[in-house]
Amino acid sequence: MQQLPDAHGRYGDYGGKFVPETLMSALAEVESAYDALKDDPAFESELDVYLRDYAGRPTPLYFAAGLSKLYGHRIYLKREDLCHTGSHKINNALGQALIAKRMGKRRVVAETGAGQHGVATATVCALFGMECHIYMGEEDVDRQSLNVFRMKLLGAEVVPVSSGTKTLKDAMNEAIRDWVTNVETTHYLLGSVAGPHPYPMIVRDLQRIIGDEAKKQVLGAEGRLPDAIVACVGGGSNAMGIFYSFIGGETKLFGVEAAGLGLASGKHGASLGCGEKGVLHGSLSYVLQNAFGQIMTAHSISAGLDYPGVGPEHAYFKDTGLATYDSVTDIEALQAFKRLSAIEGILPALESAHALAYLEKLAPRLEPDSLILVSLSGRGDKDVNVVAEALG
Amino acid sequence: MEHSRITQVFLRLQSEGKTALMPYFMAGYPTVEGSRKAILAASNAGADLIELGIPYSDPLADGPVIQEAGRIALAGGMTTDAVFQLVRSIREESAIPIVLMTYYNLLFRYGLERFASKVADSGADGVIVPDLPPEEAGPWREAAGLAGLDAIFLVAPTSTPERIALAASASTGFVYCVSLTGVTGERTALPANLVDLVKRVKAVTDKPVAVGFGISTPEQAGEVGRIADGVIIGSALVRLIGEAGENAPALVREFIVSVKEVYLA
Repeated sequence: MQQLPDAHGRYGDYGGKFVPETLMSALAEVESAYDALKDDPAFESELDVYLRDYAGRPTPLYFAAGLSKLYGHRIYLKREDLCHTGSHKINNALGQALIAKRMGKRRVVAETGAGQHGVATATVCALFGMECHIYMGEEDVDRQSLNVFRMKLLGAEVVPVSSGTKTLKDAMNEAIRDWVTNVETTHYLLGSVAGPHPYPMIVRDLQRIIGDEAKKQVLGAEGRLPDAIVACVGGGSNAMGIFYSFIGGETKLFGVEAAGLGLASGKHGASLGCGEKGVLHGSLSYVLQNAFGQIMTAHSISAGLDYPGVGPEHAYFKDTGLATYDSVTDIEALQAFKRLSAIEGILPALESAHALAYLEKLAPRLEPDSLILVSLSGRGDKDVNVVAEALG
Repeated sequence: MEHSRITQVFLRLQSEGKTALMPYFMAGYPTVEGSRKAILAASNAGADLIELGIPYSDPLADGPVIQEAGRIALAGGMTTDAVFQLVRSIREESAIPIVLMTYYNLLFRYGLERFASKVADSGADGVIVPDLPPEEAGPWREAAGLAGLDAIFLVAPTSTPERIALAASASTGFVYCVSLTGVTGERTALPANLVDLVKRVKAVTDKPVAVGFGISTPEQAGEVGRIADGVIIGSALVRLIGEAGENAPALVREFIVSVKEVYLA
């Protein structure tokens, strides 16, 4: 398989760098810093130590006996929820903080939806003594108050964003505006496999440890590769992370988007399922937009999936059939949240609950006793208030 | 080849030793009619070129004033097609060059060739796309060229010499020089390194160089006028229009006349 992205940061038609001129040199700086570091053994071993001793890697691959019995398959959960800070976001945050350090940038900005990436970023900034500003939509500040408090404890400034839809999309606009203004001193620690090149590549490379570990673990436990892997997709970093080591093999890869109140309602976050090609936040991908190209409001009960775009490599995977994308509704995700809590004693993040909910659709379609891996990308403590309210 | 309307204006001003005054307006702000009257007032008062924003849902190069104007314009029902109609209605009364400014997704979604031909048909003369660097602009440059439109690219304080040369050679009509690292909006002072930046651009191109972002007062316009071929004033005018209500055309006229006759004379 051809190594992607190409020299222009493209995955087939997708990706690229659609940003104001002010940022072009900064993107080149990030790219060349990353190019110099990625094959540097000293960087690799420094990152490895932090991933192991600070973030708690490798995360377990847990055989979920209760779920397996329920669905008649052998189901494993990749326990990213057990990472320090409660989600896979720390993998990327640690790597990018080290890149920022090498570039001599002492100020970091980031966007966050559910607050998972914000907490991970605030954490690494505390660790490395960097100034940290987290942009978060007002609506998300309200529904994720626990994570807001955590970020503040970690020394970050949390900036509520009141423009546009007051969610992740607008937080990202505001983070980019900050970066444009303070580009000389600041690293934009983008949290997903989205945005302009080189971010989709860097975040993928930093998250592929999920799949690299899972591959070894499942071979150790079962002596074979899985039949299917399921992960939720907002921007798509945990999905890309767990998919990447399995691309082009026999394993079927399923990305699950947020169907919100139902695809027909128009209130959802299914950019791959219902979007059209377009440019959002610096890359060409699938985007929820109207006939004139105005970006539409996404909806999901999960703040991390409440985004009208998706990473460009997922768009490429969709078009080429390397992965399959589907969606589940808020209600289905809530049911999966309750189910995992009751059956396995694990509260999943509402984002991850979308992947778990998809088992209801996928399980009947697979041969009995299929081997399935689910990316449990984060833990659900942050969502307890939202779930309590939704379940009344 | 015949010069574009934009090039003709710059050639005339250069021969007179003058700097172009290029006010920015948001199409449909506060209303379609309101923006039309403000633009015609500016044209009649002696503005040299109109920059006309097509509102976009996610204007990441814009500060609060233009963001809010765009939001109101969209809420009022402004669309890309309605902007073309607005341009047509201005063209009936004024021959001033009009440059549309908007974000790439609106062009991409509309279809680059279709967008370019509609822009040309409406009577506008060029397009500025702040989130489209020259590297990604091959298809757009081709479409704009076929339609006879100027495609304007931007340079910024962070641009390397190579990137300045790239943007300058890709631009037709003029080169847009972003004065500062940041989004659009008023600032109390011009950046200290602006003179140097404009010099660096002028060293690699003979094309006119217009400076925008952060120029709010007539005095600042005058300062920029001493070093550049064009001065773009956006947020200050948009804010003035928002605050002025019915008086907007009169205040726009007053502002343009004062800048033109006192500071860019």
